[in-house]
Amino acid sequence: MPEDSEANGLGSQVIRVIAQTQRIPPERISLDSTFEELKIDSLDGINIIFALENEFGINIPDEGVQTMRSVRETVAGVRQLIQQKNLAVPPGAA
Amino acid sequence: MNRVAVTGLGLVCALGNTVSESWSRLAAGESRILPLSDPGNPPYKFNRGAEAWDFNPAEHFTEKDLIVLERFAQFATVAAREAVAQSGLRFDAELADRTAVVTGTSVGGQFSEEEGYKRLYRENNPRVAPLTIPRTMANAGASRIALEFGIHGPGYTVTTACSSSNHALGQAFWMVRSGQVTAAIAGGSEAVFAEGLLRAWEAMRVVSPDVCRPFSVGRKGLSLGEGGGIMVFENWEHAEARGAAVLGEMIGFGMSADAHHITQPSMEGPAKCMAWALRDAGITPEQVDYINAHGTGTQTNDVIETRAIRSIFGRSAERVLVSSTKSMHGHTLGAAGAIEAIATLLALKNSVVPPTANFTGPDADCDLDVVPNQARTAEIGIAITNTFAFGGLNATLVFTRPR
Repeated sequence: MPEDSEANGLGSQVIRVIAQTQRIPPERISLDSTFEELKIDSLDGINIIFALENEFGINIPDEGVQTMRSVRETVAGVRQLIQQKNLAVPPGAA
Repeated sequence: MNRVAVTGLGLVCALGNTVSESWSRLAAGESRILPLSDPGNPPYKFNRGAEAWDFNPAEHFTEKDLIVLERFAQFATVAAREAVAQSGLRFDAELADRTAVVTGTSVGGQFSEEEGYKRLYRENNPRVAPLTIPRTMANAGASRIALEFGIHGPGYTVTTACSSSNHALGQAFWMVRSGQVTAAIAGGSEAVFAEGLLRAWEAMRVVSPDVCRPFSVGRKGLSLGEGGGIMVFENWEHAEARGAAVLGEMIGFGMSADAHHITQPSMEGPAKCMAWALRDAGITPEQVDYINAHGTGTQTNDVIETRAIRSIFGRSAERVLVSSTKSMHGHTLGAAGAIEAIATLLALKNSVVPPTANFTGPDADCDLDVVPNQARTAEIGIAITNTFAFGGLNATLVFTRPR
């Protein structure tokens, strides 16, 4: 399940955010891309995290940043934070 | 070349409003990185900082003064008053022309700038306070010091982020050493606890959620601090001729640029900086007994600084004492160099090395004697103090005790 949905839904959203932040075409990014391959350094990482927080309305902790070294890890981290957010705020609540 | 005596020190920071108050806390290993007086709304991701807790502007300035004097310039002025008073210098017409004022700051008067933006963008009020420019200008501290003491020699302000006041002190030192001036009032100040600036630091993700633990296992980043430090440098013969008490001697200054990355440090830049400072001082690494480290408490800085120290100091890295006093007074950014230079000079003068506080355990990648938690009594003859700035600009100062 995660593989298909990642490739289509959340995965492509995350790739779009990374592409926009890095000013590179999304076609150059796949789920298997590592940040190293994409030449994403720590400063780029801060920008990407900031953009992901805005896009998904989540709060990525500083510790989380260090564990995201590839697109796949980033998608997994974002998914987890979205789930936590949905658990914390019941549907329909403000 | 002239020898350069240090004849005055002045300090305002989280540890106290004077040199002696701050030194007693440094020597006791007392960290004053405490809960923020304004935790932010919504709260900042960090809830502690090293504010100048005991500083009350009204004790030092008239209400009229404060109309034009921002917090960072207040720190510089109060520190300069203490330093000049200790030096005993009297600026007659000749000395006034032969004295320099050099200060460092990273951002200058942030509060007035933010106040202006609030009016403009939040309140849609285009009438920004008329003294915003003289309040915010980075040289406000240097200008006030020159005005207050009637100094007519070279006056300027250096801004190189966290290296600002080391660059300022280094420039002033070279001016006295070369004979361009007889004396210099130099150092720097910073006032970081302005909401916009704190939000920007928060977004940078380098501030520890609790306290800064330099070189320690489990360190999570830096702790922001504010304050100001000023030294009076004086031509050695001039100081001797008037019978001044010499607190120490500055003997070297080195600076370098990483040319590596805008925020990630390199090992080579800091290593060159230390090596060039030692060369400027005409000493070898084996002669250095104490290093007051940049030691921010971020994962990267402390590892890189350890490697840089090892690369320059070789076998003597095993015995040199290293500590980061940022663990007590926080990272005061543009003031860091000046505050830490004063801590370094006092360590030499008092034969006590202030510790690295908040240390919870060794990190194999920071395998130096970092004087954890407890100050150490040690006869130290020569000490250096490092600053490595965002932007990759480094500065190292070298001091000896009075000899």
